[in-house]
Amino acid sequence: MPLAPAITDLEQLKNRPILADLLAWNPGAVEKARFDRDELTVFIARESIREACAQLKSRGATDFLSDLTCADFYPRDPRFEVAYHLLSIKNKQRIRLKVVLGGDDAVLESITSVWPSANFFERELFDLFGIRFLGHPYLRRIMMPEDWEGHPLRKDYPVEGYR
Amino acid sequence: MGHLNQANPVLDTADDRTMILNMGPQHPSTHGVLRLLLEIDGETIVRMMPDIGFLHTGIEKTCEAKFYQQVVPLTDRIDYLCPMVNNLCYVQAVEKLLGLEIPPRALWMRVLLAELQRISSHLVWLGTHAMDIGAMSVFLYCFREREDLLRIYEMVSGQRMMTSYFRIGGLALEPPLGFFEKVKDFLDRFPEKVDEYEDLLTGNRIFIDRLKGVAHISAEDALAIGLTGPSLRASGVDFDIRRDMPYGGYENFKFKVPTQKDGDVWARYLCRVAELRESREIARQALEGMPSSGPIKADAPKIVLPDREKMKTQMEALIYHFKIVTEGFAVPEGEVYHAIESPRGEMGYYVVSDGTAKPMRVHMRSPSYANLQALPQMCEGKLIADVVAAIGSIDIVLGEIDR
Repeated sequence: MPLAPAITDLEQLKNRPILADLLAWNPGAVEKARFDRDELTVFIARESIREACAQLKSRGATDFLSDLTCADFYPRDPRFEVAYHLLSIKNKQRIRLKVVLGGDDAVLESITSVWPSANFFERELFDLFGIRFLGHPYLRRIMMPEDWEGHPLRKDYPVEGYR
Repeated sequence: MGHLNQANPVLDTADDRTMILNMGPQHPSTHGVLRLLLEIDGETIVRMMPDIGFLHTGIEKTCEAKFYQQVVPLTDRIDYLCPMVNNLCYVQAVEKLLGLEIPPRALWMRVLLAELQRISSHLVWLGTHAMDIGAMSVFLYCFREREDLLRIYEMVSGQRMMTSYFRIGGLALEPPLGFFEKVKDFLDRFPEKVDEYEDLLTGNRIFIDRLKGVAHISAEDALAIGLTGPSLRASGVDFDIRRDMPYGGYENFKFKVPTQKDGDVWARYLCRVAELRESREIARQALEGMPSSGPIKADAPKIVLPDREKMKTQMEALIYHFKIVTEGFAVPEGEVYHAIESPRGEMGYYVVSDGTAKPMRVHMRSPSYANLQALPQMCEGKLIADVVAAIGSIDIVLGEIDR
């Protein structure tokens, strides 16, 4: 089963179920899209991520937040890619929304008002990556001790040894 | 707000009527090292705040420093009650990244073992949950059957708990002689054992009174707060990834997905006990349909370690073995989120590859982590004694929460 090449052309992808909902709502918020290994990724403009999640929820396109996480592409700039894995239980489809963030202003709007389940996930990202979520009800460290310095999952944080 | 400078999270009481009770991290009913801060008014819980992280070992960070094949043993340590389910999720995510095709015999073996793991994980849940409520003997009965299963894992992988039996591209070893007979023997005996547990619990008035109507959560709330697995199905949402978005050969199996409507601790109990029987049914089908011969590893010499025999006779096999062990194998650039149904809910692995032999990012979406968020919602306004029942009913594993 050789890998099919990724499709990155928005024109070819625009009729995909959940992406079509996003484009119908606000084409300006969709920066680019990629279909790779049977998974659809949509890059969303940073300021519209909460609104995009709310729209997908209210239109019934997705009804569950599976996962919220981040990958650090240091030393590339902007370094962070925050990934929202949404699931439609009704239609049995998944989609990944992504927001690209720089290291200097790693601030993002919280989606806890849309999906309360994002609470712990956002706290984890704040703790381990140092990304701040505006509007989060209780943005404190969750894994590391409260007085810990640094954010362990950043790529410039060493895997072993003393800092 | 003086507590902001303190190292541990602290709850402030809202008024003089209430007090703060610290439950855990060393409390027998918290199933590990979970600390709960309870604001109580008499016996009633006004507010609850879970405090986690006591078992944080930085597995996600460690993964980034290992070759792809070296991550498999780490995944055992996340959810130590069902290590093979974690192995399965990780290896399938990497196989998706690589575009590997897995031979049928390996797929059927994986399904068989994943279902046996679901049974042994649910047995631990049933035993500890019943013991929290006060039914001590069920614990001993459950661990008797679990011991049989652990012996089966030991037989197939050489380890009782940290099995690391699944490999990228297939299985580590051919199952030994007499393995299938032993599994069949267990599966034949198992239904009457479940009857035995149910005799002790399902009709037990004390048990029912402690569980019924306790820690209720509605379907909408459960979806919003991120509940998955049996806990979600007990609230009436009929969703099982094995059936609805099949992976790794589950499309070949016929099984029922038990659901309940009430969404309380009792409903979650009934769901899981019914799942014990369904898992036994899937394992039975896997045993019957198991291809009797065929490879257990994919035909990908650059990724899968060669057989010992081949290494001693073929030059290429020796070279590939040396290369895989010393420098790993490169995985094409890309990212994958692969989700499977673990005994606790949706277990997801998000693996990002940058084209090298080490993963750039491995994130585990652990079901217990999301399920724990539902606990305050279930318990607020209820009694302290109900917290114990509620913790047992969402079946958390702290190793998986803290990772």
